[in-house]
Amino acid sequence: MARSQSAALDRKKLMADPIMVGTIVVLITFLTLFILYPLAILLVDSFYGGNGFTLATFQKVMAMPTFRTAIGNTLKVGFLVGILSTVVGLLFAYVEVYVKMGRAVGGLFKVVSMLPVVSPPFVLSLSMIMLFGKAGIITRFLLGIYDNSVYGFWGIVIVQTLTFFPVCYMMLKGLLKNIDPSLEEAARDMGASRWTVFATVTFPLLLPGLGNAFLVTFIESIADFANPMIIGGSYDTLATTIYLQITGAYDKEGAAAMAVVLLCITLGMFIVQKYYLEAKTAATLTGKASRGRMLIEDRSVTVPLTILCSLAAAFVILMYACVPIGALFPTWGYKFTPLTFKWFGQVFSRYHGLQAFRDSFVLSLIASPITALLSMIISYLVVKRKFKSKGFIEAVSMLAMAVPGTVLGVGYIRGFSGGVFHTGFLQGLYGSAAILIIVFVVRSLPTGTRSGISALRQIDKSIEESAYDMGADSFKVFMTVTLPLIKDSFLSGLVTAFVRSITAISAIILLVTPSVYLITVQINEFAEKGAYSIACAFATILILITYGSVLLMNLFIKYFGTSKKIKEG
Amino acid sequence: MSKVKKGVRLDHISKIYQDPKTGKDFYAVKDTSLTIEPGSFVTLLGPSGCGKTTTLRMIAGFESPDEGEIYLGDEAINALTPNKRDTAMVFQSYALLPHYNVFDNVAYGLKLRKVPKDEIQRRVMKILDLVELNGMEGRMTNQLSGGQQQRVALARALVIEPSVLLFDEPLSNLDAKLRVSMRTEIRRIQQEVGITAIYVTHDQSEAMALSDNIIIMNKGVVAQMGSPQDIYYHPNSEFVADFIGEANFLKGTLDGMDGNHAILKVEGSPTRVPAKEGMSVGREYTVVLRPESAVLRDEGGLPCEVALSCFMGSYQNYHVKIGNTLVKLTDYNPKNKRIYRVGERCTLVFDPESVHIL
Repeated sequence: MARSQSAALDRKKLMADPIMVGTIVVLITFLTLFILYPLAILLVDSFYGGNGFTLATFQKVMAMPTFRTAIGNTLKVGFLVGILSTVVGLLFAYVEVYVKMGRAVGGLFKVVSMLPVVSPPFVLSLSMIMLFGKAGIITRFLLGIYDNSVYGFWGIVIVQTLTFFPVCYMMLKGLLKNIDPSLEEAARDMGASRWTVFATVTFPLLLPGLGNAFLVTFIESIADFANPMIIGGSYDTLATTIYLQITGAYDKEGAAAMAVVLLCITLGMFIVQKYYLEAKTAATLTGKASRGRMLIEDRSVTVPLTILCSLAAAFVILMYACVPIGALFPTWGYKFTPLTFKWFGQVFSRYHGLQAFRDSFVLSLIASPITALLSMIISYLVVKRKFKSKGFIEAVSMLAMAVPGTVLGVGYIRGFSGGVFHTGFLQGLYGSAAILIIVFVVRSLPTGTRSGISALRQIDKSIEESAYDMGADSFKVFMTVTLPLIKDSFLSGLVTAFVRSITAISAIILLVTPSVYLITVQINEFAEKGAYSIACAFATILILITYGSVLLMNLFIKYFGTSKKIKEG
Repeated sequence: MSKVKKGVRLDHISKIYQDPKTGKDFYAVKDTSLTIEPGSFVTLLGPSGCGKTTTLRMIAGFESPDEGEIYLGDEAINALTPNKRDTAMVFQSYALLPHYNVFDNVAYGLKLRKVPKDEIQRRVMKILDLVELNGMEGRMTNQLSGGQQQRVALARALVIEPSVLLFDEPLSNLDAKLRVSMRTEIRRIQQEVGITAIYVTHDQSEAMALSDNIIIMNKGVVAQMGSPQDIYYHPNSEFVADFIGEANFLKGTLDGMDGNHAILKVEGSPTRVPAKEGMSVGREYTVVLRPESAVLRDEGGLPCEVALSCFMGSYQNYHVKIGNTLVKLTDYNPKNKRIYRVGERCTLVFDPESVHIL
């Protein structure tokens, strides 16, 4: 049996569609050049010395005690953060889905899930230092402890847990909602106590999902650069070690080899998470709950759980609130009144604030529509069309999810500073604003693609087929049918890309040149110098911008979104 | 419609798929040749997985055949994309564009063809009139009932005046009553427009009600093709006989010939059936007996015993046993007739001309 004729015909049909072919070619070029190639060059550079294959660079970095410590540190932090985030996330998710709680608590939960999305990555590190550090409000002024050190292992663990647990919370909430309540009711009916039901029914069903949440945070923690940078002190992780290897030791080969090690770790975990745990989660928790769940009203359960979660949520909110408040104190740690706006003034008058906001804003504004459109096109091709290179496009755009920003940054330095393959081709890109935009796009592409894919999967395939059948070519189908139907997903992709870009730091900090000022880079710089008030002022304005754009998007979707019009009636 | 009507011809078409579980290739459609006359209404009928939808999707261009060539009129269309084929499809899920209203849905294909605005207006209104949706043009599609949505889907396909109209189980999402009235509508409109129509369904009564010709498919190959009467009265296999209507199969060995009739021994009792060519004495033959073509009598037929007797309103439903063979019967208009009870012994009587020998 040969399927050659249909393959040839499908190819012929595809070729009859020049826009489609052009799009695929452009996409493949983009993904290859800006995701695959920088990673490939890292491998090549670290294995290929002046005269052929060599392990010398690896031997060199592996011999560095600092690097070996960093690997251990990273894994230790990642493991603990993964576990803690999953546990806290599960607690929150369980309380929200199973326990009857007041409206105010519900509101708190919502804020907690929203805050990490709109904040720059290192905000919690800042507030951790300001609340619990040597001159921290709580440690020094409330408790009278003068020598508390937040820097190091526990600082990173606490800050990362607080940053990443909302991700677990949202993931596990979705899974818990999919558990059919009648399974648990059946167990209750046969005489199991509430705890037994949780331990023998809910927990086993959720287990792959918990593993999934654990690995996702593990990867996030390992890839995190900003928090260890600010609160790590002398406790170096892989991401900060690589950064210092480039900016401190000027050892680009060494950094490349280190980046390969970091990439291998995240990639390995990503593959387990994506292809093993995600499939398992889907297999155990299929379908929707058949009807609503009877919420737990037993006060001996609800009161402690609600108090515990509310306290935790309040603590997280306090941490975030510390940043804008910190920017208002005249001198952090010494003088708290009268509140002043002088730091905000200084941001603009002395520290290139206006330029930083303009540069960050404009670059992110350019990157976000490109990201949103690219991710929608990729999702469309992956979900709705069949062609040979589809697997490649899907795999590479998902691969970007597993690549830590620092690794990508080193890859770009190695890959483009001397032009493509060190030939000088495209050398002009390096050090330009364009490469920053490209990094923004690549960094947000996986999130956008994932949400686009899930939005498109919900649209009946025959709707597009009918348009195609009526005489529309691929371009027309995409513009008149697909895009309007996923307008909401497109809009939120736009804003997500914008927020992610304007708060990005890990890859960018390696590539930014002195001529461009970026807010996140500025915050990092001032926080490192200990100028926390200025850092807070920058961060406050940044949070206002991101929060404002999310609000704007929600309003926009509410009034102009497609789903409203379609779901009506 | 001013256009020249076109037929469709499938020339040794095969389609191979890969089984996702075993990874093995198999024929979804195998070496199928068909000719569909211009202006006729043809139904592809068969159980799920028989290859009927794959065949339709190959005609529309969504799937590419692995062997053979498809012709629309005289033109080979294998390499044409769906948007370049002069066909229009009505989908099972209606597939209306949810962000457009009724008018824009129907006008979509015309706009793509760059038809002038006033002509679009005129043609859309005319088609909406034909499908009896006048006054609904401003509605969003989700404000319509299932039947109305189906009419929009039909209007949208008709308005571009395709050479061939394709239907992919268009009524399976409607409730039973609406299904019956919509199929009458579809037949009326097809006759009025005079368009070639290919209709996929697994519902045999729908196929009977609609078609000039029925093509019965099984396991990727055509089992039989013919008019509804032809297929009902002269099925060429047990599969076809069983799939179209209800059928009883009586097995018997040929005892001898009597003019135009053959005498078969069924469960030991000789019975008279129509002869066919090339019969030989002593061989076993199968007779197709429709439930409505036999009656129970006290004597004069095949001896049997009643196993079930059930009043259904318009008919009395019997199951009777002739030896080990179970036969289902429907005796219409049972009022004032003698009703046989379970366990009663009687005989099965039928006119030799009303049965078919395989």
